[in-house]
Amino acid sequence: MTSASTDTGTRAAKIGNPVRTLSRWLLLGEWRAHPVRALVAIVAIALGVALGYAVDLINGAAFNEFSAATRSLSGQSDLQLRGVQGLFDDAVYPQLAKRKGVAVASPVLELNVTVPGQTSALKVLGIDTFRAAHITPDLIGVPDQEKPFDTLADDAIFLSPAAQQWLQVQPGQMLALRNGTAIVKLRVAGGLVRARTGQRLAVMDIGAAQWRFGRIGQLSRIDLKLQPGVNREQFRYTLQAEFPMRLQVSESQDQESRNDNMSRAYRINLNVLALVALFTGAFLVFSTQALSVIRRRSQFALLRVLGLRRNQLLRQVLLEGGLLGCVGALLGLALGYLLAGLALHFLGGDLGGGYFRGVQASVQFDLPAAMIFFGLGSGIALLGSLAPALEAARAQPAAALKSGSEETALARLATPWPALACLLLGALLTQMPPLFDLPVFGYMAVALLLIGGITLMPRVASLVFSALQRFSMGRRNGVIATLVLARLANAPGQASIALGGVLSSFSLIVAMAIMVTSFRISVDDWMQQILSADLYVRSASNGETGAMRPAEQHLLATAPGVARADFLRTSTLTLDPARPPVVLIARAIDAADPARTLPIIGPQLPASAIATDSLPIWVSEAMVDLYGYRLGQQVTLPLAAHSYQFTVAGIWRDYARQSGAIQLRLADYQRLSGDTEVTDAALSLQRDADPGTVIAALRALPFGATLEFSQPGEIRALTLTIFDRSFAVTYLLEIVAIVIGLFGVAATFSAQTLARAREFGMLRHVGVTRRQILSMLALEGGLLTALGMLVGFLLGWTISLILVFIVNPQSFHWTMELHMPWPGLALVALLLLFSAGATALLAGSRAVSVDVLHSVREDW
Amino acid sequence: MHANLETSHTVDAAIDNGIDNAIPALQCHGLRKSYGHGRVVLAHLDFTLAAGEYVAIMGDSGVGKSTLLNLIAGLDSANSGSILIDGVNMSSLDDDAATLLRRQKLGFIFQAFHVLPHLTLQQNVALPLLLNGSPPERASELLAAVGLAGRGNDFPRQLSGGEMQRVAIARALVHRPKLILADEPTGNLDPDTAHEVLALLRHEIKANGASAIMVTHSAAAAASADRILIMSADGLQPLVQKS
Repeated sequence: MTSASTDTGTRAAKIGNPVRTLSRWLLLGEWRAHPVRALVAIVAIALGVALGYAVDLINGAAFNEFSAATRSLSGQSDLQLRGVQGLFDDAVYPQLAKRKGVAVASPVLELNVTVPGQTSALKVLGIDTFRAAHITPDLIGVPDQEKPFDTLADDAIFLSPAAQQWLQVQPGQMLALRNGTAIVKLRVAGGLVRARTGQRLAVMDIGAAQWRFGRIGQLSRIDLKLQPGVNREQFRYTLQAEFPMRLQVSESQDQESRNDNMSRAYRINLNVLALVALFTGAFLVFSTQALSVIRRRSQFALLRVLGLRRNQLLRQVLLEGGLLGCVGALLGLALGYLLAGLALHFLGGDLGGGYFRGVQASVQFDLPAAMIFFGLGSGIALLGSLAPALEAARAQPAAALKSGSEETALARLATPWPALACLLLGALLTQMPPLFDLPVFGYMAVALLLIGGITLMPRVASLVFSALQRFSMGRRNGVIATLVLARLANAPGQASIALGGVLSSFSLIVAMAIMVTSFRISVDDWMQQILSADLYVRSASNGETGAMRPAEQHLLATAPGVARADFLRTSTLTLDPARPPVVLIARAIDAADPARTLPIIGPQLPASAIATDSLPIWVSEAMVDLYGYRLGQQVTLPLAAHSYQFTVAGIWRDYARQSGAIQLRLADYQRLSGDTEVTDAALSLQRDADPGTVIAALRALPFGATLEFSQPGEIRALTLTIFDRSFAVTYLLEIVAIVIGLFGVAATFSAQTLARAREFGMLRHVGVTRRQILSMLALEGGLLTALGMLVGFLLGWTISLILVFIVNPQSFHWTMELHMPWPGLALVALLLLFSAGATALLAGSRAVSVDVLHSVREDW
Repeated sequence: MHANLETSHTVDAAIDNGIDNAIPALQCHGLRKSYGHGRVVLAHLDFTLAAGEYVAIMGDSGVGKSTLLNLIAGLDSANSGSILIDGVNMSSLDDDAATLLRRQKLGFIFQAFHVLPHLTLQQNVALPLLLNGSPPERASELLAAVGLAGRGNDFPRQLSGGEMQRVAIARALVHRPKLILADEPTGNLDPDTAHEVLALLRHEIKANGASAIMVTHSAAAAASADRILIMSADGLQPLVQKS
């Protein structure tokens, strides 16, 4: 007795909590019997989490590194003064240096210098070493010990390690840079005290920089360190009031804000795309769990009969889904970290978006983000299991014990009201404005439309297939068609679970394809409009120090074969310190017909409507969104240290700049600013002139070696290549979402087909051949997929309207026309139809191979 | 509800100590059940099952036999009347309480066996023990008692129909319930197997001191019970009284 009691006690201790033991048995039993389904659900969640986490890590690493690099240039300054229009007169510097409250004022000339033979510019900082030592000590050059005064030399330049590597120069060697059309040769005198990894930076004496690059008397900014106790806010406010049009006074947080604004929409759009993959994974979990619960309906009913309480059963089903989600999420985090590392190593931090050039970011484990994505992954799996769990718990055990009651489980899905409410709310949200400059309501509308569309499928399936069945009743149909339509019409719940996977995949394919095609064609059309000349000449492919003087412009305009030369000058204006600068483009524009030169959208102001004391400007769509500019509005803009009145005469489309651009007539610009240099020329050739011959003639000019030539076709091709590259990640995320969706279609078709083994067995008993059963499955799969694709097309088209007319404009501040990629959609539709049918057939061939005798037994 | 269950525990203890229990295993008074479309299945049924008694109920299809079992099990609720199981009034219990009572007091045997396919035989039989918070060792004893000793690690797919019903019998009795409800337990079995299963069922019911109700179409199956009742629209009428 004692030993038996001891044995019992020992074994009881090993068993542990009996209810937990039961839970473990049920869980492991199910997963042991259906490992592939559990694995598919885990992989779907893992992929979604991996993509989301990877994108977040990459964006975070690149943005943080970019911000840190930018901050390193500001050092320990309390305030910064920058010119509204790029450079400003350095006469203001002595006033500030002696101003009460200022401890140190450090002047800086910051130039993006053109590097011959390179596609990127080199950031060169001209500094006063003695002043900079107090504010930006990391930027001080480190000269050779034998030449300690090289930091003051007029021919010396100091390069960061990344710059030396990029330009393939070492201390002691010469470096050639461009000033206008002339070459400036400087001696590489050493490195910097400290520079961030990958930061391409050069530093030289400020006087030498002003002289060498033709910027005598000009500065980019003045860094101020205030004396202790000075109220920074008050000081800033007072100082700004003294220079309202010439200088912008900013703090480091403004710089952070500027960095954030530059890339926020792009980063968030990528995150949203990654979350789409997670959403698709969630739907796969739902469909897997739902079918699993339906299949085990009688088993759950038995457990309820034996004494398992409702909430215990609810917890058990939720536990299944939750564990799948946890395992998937953990796997996803590991995979995401790996993906991020690989992407940063091979693609760089901007993933083709072009926002973080010049940074070399490395992936850092981000615990808060990891916890968020873990929560998302496991939470979404739980959410996907919730409806099936509630149904299992609520089912009446007596009714659920009977086979054939599966459709009852899905009866709740047939109610259309939640779906219609989602669709209506989504439609309403499309009318909302952006939130924090982001299309938050647009994203929500897309999510609601997807959810509403998917949950409406049971009703749609019931209506469509019932109608088809009624239509076919009076006609002579084969037994296969009769069986198929009867099942689809009378068991729409189960059919709709398979439909949901098709719908979510295809609608996303349609939406993204329409959006990308619309964008691409709009960009191409836009380029055809703006590239109206025969040849484009540029004095520098990078940087801002390459420009052509009037004499050089004259030689270009009078070169053999050139009929007309239109020149262009590009500079920047800072209208808001918290936003990136606006680009100012001066060019030849006919005020009476600006649409000949500019891609104008909407109405234009006639020249006669512009006041005599105002000059016309044409602003990009981003200026309307970001700065509130309107047609006909009078605005005051700073130009060359003065302010002038301008009237908005038209709005044009600009796909090159998200932060805003203003165009004005070159003659007006030159008259107001006194700046007669230009950066680009658009040449229209004489009727019989050969572009190659003209290029050769221009190269023969004295400054011809510094010129770069492009023909419209080349520019268009390059632009579209960049476009495709910047969308590469979008395409990848979309493909993953589609793959997950197709996995879901395969899993649901397969699960449903196998669960119908008894039905097939009965059919085989009454004389239906295996070939007929396979035909039945193929027809079912085909009809379901066709309906799913039809509804998916409508839903996807609607979502594309939101993407094209709401998300894109609110994110990037440009509009586009809608274009439909019919051939591509047709191809994808055929592929999807084929793959769904093939999946149904494959699963069916397994099901009909099951022993017929076994399959008709009443037991499982 | 809690007071009633405690009373039941006290009674269990009394039985374990060999004290005779005069409380009937089951009492149905004035049971009435109709469905939404006006179809009356049970009009006014009275029925008492003594402790340790084994009763078979026969009747035409659709007369309400399975409905009666569902009402007794607490899986459905009557329109009027009362059901007392071991002195506890089922109609006063909510779903959770009814589930608890079912877990402790009732055992079930179905025509379709309803053995969980993904659990071993040992695990299937142990289900009621785990639900009651008891260690699962007794499952092996019951498997041996029904002639399936040493097969605890097999899965249901390895069994014949008769063997599966044996497993179901073992599961129904493992937690020493007061009342066994068997719904067509031999409906899916051939005559020879059915005979073996019925003999086993009767033996185990008596050995475990349980009461039992078997619903069946088979006169041969009904003959294994102590008493046979015929269910009709007029209620339950005795057919044969066996001592």
